[in-house]
Amino acid sequence: MPDTNQMPGEGGPSRLPRRAAAILARLAVISGMVELGGCGVLDHGFLGAAGPVAEQTRSLFLLACSILLFVVGPVLMLTPIIAWHYRISNTKSAYRPKWAFNWPLEGLIWIPPLIIVVVLAVFLWRDTHALDPYKPLASPNPPVEVQVVALDWKWLFIYPAEGVASVNELAFPADRPIHLSLTSATVMQSFFVPKLGGQIYAMAGMTTQHNLAASEPGRFRGENTQFNGKGFQNQKFAVLAQSRDDYAAWLSRARAGGKTLDMNAFESLSVRSIQAEPLLFGSVTPGLFQSIVDLDHPGVHAADMKDHR
Amino acid sequence: MTGPQLQHVDLDLKGSGHLELNEAETGVHGFWIFLMSDAMVFALLFAVYGTQVAATAGAPGPQAEFKLGSAFIETLILLTSSLTFGLASITMKYDRSCTKLVALLCLTLVLGIAFLGFELNDFATMFSDNATPDRSGFLSVFFALVPTHGLHVTAGCLWILVMLVQIAIFGTDARVKLNLLKLGLFWHFLDIIWIAIFSVVYLQGKLG
Amino acid sequence: MSGDSLWYLLLGRLDAKSLPFVRAWENPNISEIIGAFAGALVVIGAIALVAVLTWKRWWRPLFLEWLTSLDHKKIGIMYIALAGVMFTRALIEAVLMRTQQSLAVNAPGIVGPEHFAQLFSTHGSIMIFFMAMPFLTGLINYVVPLQIGARDVAFPLLNSISLMLTAGGAGLVMVSLAIGEFSTGGWSGYPPYTETAYQPGVGPDYWIWAITLSSIGTTLSGLNFASTIYKKRCPGMHLMRMPLFCWTTLCTAILMIFAMPPLTVATALLALDRYLGFHFFTNDLGGNMMNYVNLFWLFGHPEVYIVILPSFGIYSEVVSAFSSKELYGYTSLVIATMVIALLSFTVWVHHFFTMGQSPDINSYFGIATMLIGVPTGVKVYDWIWTMFRGKLRFTPPMLFSVAFIITFVLGGFSGILLAIPPIDFVVHNTVFLVAHFHNVLIPGTLYGLIAGYQYWFPKAFGFRLSEGWGKISFVCWVVGFYLAFMPLYVLGLGGMPRRSQALFEPDYWPWLLVAEIGAFILLAGLVTLFVQLWVSVRDRESNRVPVGDPWDARSLEWSVSAPPPEYNFATIPHVSGRDTFFLRKVHDGAYKPAHHYRGIEMPKNSWVGPLVGLGSAICAFGLVWHIWWMAGLGFAGIWVPVIARSFVRDTHRWIPAAEVEVADRHWLDLAHATHPVPRELEESHVNRGLAEIIPAEVAA
Repeated sequence: MPDTNQMPGEGGPSRLPRRAAAILARLAVISGMVELGGCGVLDHGFLGAAGPVAEQTRSLFLLACSILLFVVGPVLMLTPIIAWHYRISNTKSAYRPKWAFNWPLEGLIWIPPLIIVVVLAVFLWRDTHALDPYKPLASPNPPVEVQVVALDWKWLFIYPAEGVASVNELAFPADRPIHLSLTSATVMQSFFVPKLGGQIYAMAGMTTQHNLAASEPGRFRGENTQFNGKGFQNQKFAVLAQSRDDYAAWLSRARAGGKTLDMNAFESLSVRSIQAEPLLFGSVTPGLFQSIVDLDHPGVHAADMKDHR
Repeated sequence: MTGPQLQHVDLDLKGSGHLELNEAETGVHGFWIFLMSDAMVFALLFAVYGTQVAATAGAPGPQAEFKLGSAFIETLILLTSSLTFGLASITMKYDRSCTKLVALLCLTLVLGIAFLGFELNDFATMFSDNATPDRSGFLSVFFALVPTHGLHVTAGCLWILVMLVQIAIFGTDARVKLNLLKLGLFWHFLDIIWIAIFSVVYLQGKLG
Repeated sequence: MSGDSLWYLLLGRLDAKSLPFVRAWENPNISEIIGAFAGALVVIGAIALVAVLTWKRWWRPLFLEWLTSLDHKKIGIMYIALAGVMFTRALIEAVLMRTQQSLAVNAPGIVGPEHFAQLFSTHGSIMIFFMAMPFLTGLINYVVPLQIGARDVAFPLLNSISLMLTAGGAGLVMVSLAIGEFSTGGWSGYPPYTETAYQPGVGPDYWIWAITLSSIGTTLSGLNFASTIYKKRCPGMHLMRMPLFCWTTLCTAILMIFAMPPLTVATALLALDRYLGFHFFTNDLGGNMMNYVNLFWLFGHPEVYIVILPSFGIYSEVVSAFSSKELYGYTSLVIATMVIALLSFTVWVHHFFTMGQSPDINSYFGIATMLIGVPTGVKVYDWIWTMFRGKLRFTPPMLFSVAFIITFVLGGFSGILLAIPPIDFVVHNTVFLVAHFHNVLIPGTLYGLIAGYQYWFPKAFGFRLSEGWGKISFVCWVVGFYLAFMPLYVLGLGGMPRRSQALFEPDYWPWLLVAEIGAFILLAGLVTLFVQLWVSVRDRESNRVPVGDPWDARSLEWSVSAPPPEYNFATIPHVSGRDTFFLRKVHDGAYKPAHHYRGIEMPKNSWVGPLVGLGSAICAFGLVWHIWWMAGLGFAGIWVPVIARSFVRDTHRWIPAAEVEVADRHWLDLAHATHPVPRELEESHVNRGLAEIIPAEVAA
């Protein structure tokens, strides 16, 4: 609710009807509490959008909020006014104890909400398709292919074209979108980079897909949002949208490290642990991602009995 | 007892002692609701079956494991038991004597046990082929869906047994009649579920 | 036979390490000590309870008058008492979680990760299955038979069994504090995380069996309520004449009948995975966890309406009674309730928009979800129009209702936002979601349950609850709610994942601190409710309302004495319209003796319910710890009493007509001797439960 108004200055509700924007602004003043340092918090999420997906989501969010104000506004105003006006001690108010039905009023409470839902449904349909995580993003440059493996409690990123891999560090050139294929080598997890776009689940034995992009170079927080055990809260990763040069440097740094990611290295990587510092691998066994998807055992890193607390 | 003699189509409580007719009505109504809820359980198991039937994971699949012959015999047995229970219900309604009722119930019980015997034999054969539920998603769901029906039949058999004892003690008083009526619904319900299992699991697995 | 295998045969997986006290002794960090303290509280509480019962010689009445009772009113009260106990535990857990998060921004805090995970798992499971559900089932039990003019529910014994199964499940959750540990998989228990490969301990098993008992108990309750409403209405009580609470109960009952089986199936299949090595939701050999997610939410979404609809019914009763006005838009409300119940089965995928399904599927479920907003909005306006041109008295139930309308609409606002898949993608699994569902469930369910408790308490016990303390409590519940959950919206928009034991973003901290303060105020809300109860019991003599109609209310439950006789009505009422009792009062038809009194047959008490509950709890405990003999014993403990009961023919007792007549005439004399109270004075001791009548020309 009121936090909707916290959009941090930039961008702005260009798509909003002016009146809705005015109401929005007024509500922002009312909920002053939210303003106290609120922008700092909100900047960590999609309202501080740093990429086209988050930006479009933010516009949709503000649009939906302004439409919904027409739904909640009347209730928020009518309820206290009516409740107070018709209090028993107010002897001047009318009293009609048998009044219990009115056709026009009935129409008023069924039809406009239905119209609003239809309007919202149009936007919902449009933007659910526009912002489908599987849909490639429009860009003059081809996307970077990244294969993502969710582990306990870290993320593995494999760059099949570049032949490198990293743990807890997702780097890409800011002028190219990234196309992610995700799976899990453990329980279900949810991949989320709040400032760039939405989440998608990673599940064992299956792949899901996601497309993200950054508007300009920057460093963002990525995380798992689906609880998966005692290292869950530490399962964060850095997302680095880099200039072309920096990205090239990152790649050569990975290759210079000389570490190889093969099935054996993967097995030891997938043991339950928290990875504080990012890891880089200079070469990757071709087809490793598919082998991980095809893994068919209950959990390579299943907890042993002694460790169940 | 006053009031309409036949509120429920299958229940003639005339002269059967102290039980309000509408109480019987309520009881049967409640049991129908129970069956709906139970049907929901089976519907969901069928849905899970549909999603996992292909997940054989290298273990034996439907083609290798299902024996249509024995499934067909089981179907015939269970359908016949439904017929005998139906006859028992008619006897309960029109016949004053308990003998025929008891005989028909016993016959139903024997058929039920025979069904269970055949089914257990099927399972044993599958186990001896090493087709056990811990080997694949398909075998898991098979061994959840079909034995759930089997457990229901077992419960039905125990219920018949209890009713036979009750007839021995109380004769056909109103509560015995009401219980038999509910048991009948239960038994026919299991028949319907079995027909679904036979078509969806066995026929489709073997022929589809 | 070796010692180990003998131990396993006798005690399964139980060992010294299962006790939190031993764990705290071996590894005395603050998290373990808190765990041991909680375990100790359970043990001490149990011992204290036994001591008090023995000292006061309450064992006999406890069993003979309460636990074995088949009276729907007593069963209802026991349900609510159970809910109160569980509520206390789950709310303390919530405060502990908030404290942890407010302390754990770049710091360890006081609760370890696994302990924190158990906290959110028990908090959620208890609040839904052992607080909201028993509370509303209790209210329904108490009120619905009275409202439809029945002497009891359709199946009184089944009712007792339902209660005891739920109590058995609740007992299991309590035992997990003192023996072993609870699941860390959250209230939804998603596999494969809850599979043996990832949680080999007893935690998920406790969760599975506690939930299963509650689920079966609830299915049976739903069946019972549906049959009661369809079959036990008094003459003239057409469906469209029922009070709205009965309608919402009917819809809830239908939801229980069809929505609990998916949960039972989900937990049963998970149990097969864990106990017999099946592969339903495992990562390997063809298992597919998406099946679980679908099954769970096929239950989970209707469940939301199972817990919300009864409160909607309560608000309808309360707003109408305290506005001294007929309910606006009765037909509209009935249709809206039915539509909500129906639509609730068509939206479950919105709980996992992020699973990678096509945008067509997501759009469909998103739009279906938003559609639910329409009938819900209609209900909100119906309550507003009920207040319109009324005479409102702001008693605690009414205050909760008004606060509900305003607060719930905000929850609906965030709900519509979450229904839009792209927006859900960016706030799913964050505390925005946590804020949203608390924002619908606290006003939508809890406020209603508290309102109902305050509203019907005088009916059940014959004296009013202190309105002063009720209002203090109200302020705590409302202020606490806004402080505790509005910051979570902000934090969720800032990308803070739910279920985080530690946080690393300094910007989060001020908001977490505000939420922490809110949580403490909410706890104060609960404490003040208990204070209110204590104060009211202490002052009960001056707050008595024996005539039974303290609020000038409209439906049949108010037409009998407070507390009502065991058989509810001396003679079964005949109904000729909605708001029957109110019409009778206006047209001078209330408080009249019957032409002719008859004897009444009521069910005798039965031990079957408590035995089934005990058996199920023992069976579940045996299953949790792999103590197979105990599981078998418990299973027998469930079925032997049930079968034995079918051989009992002497199940009813007869209350002679003379006894009924004496009691009724005594109450009528009291009513005629009582001075009616005007509405302005209903919160004072002048209120003896007889309402001053609105003149017929005004009422008409």
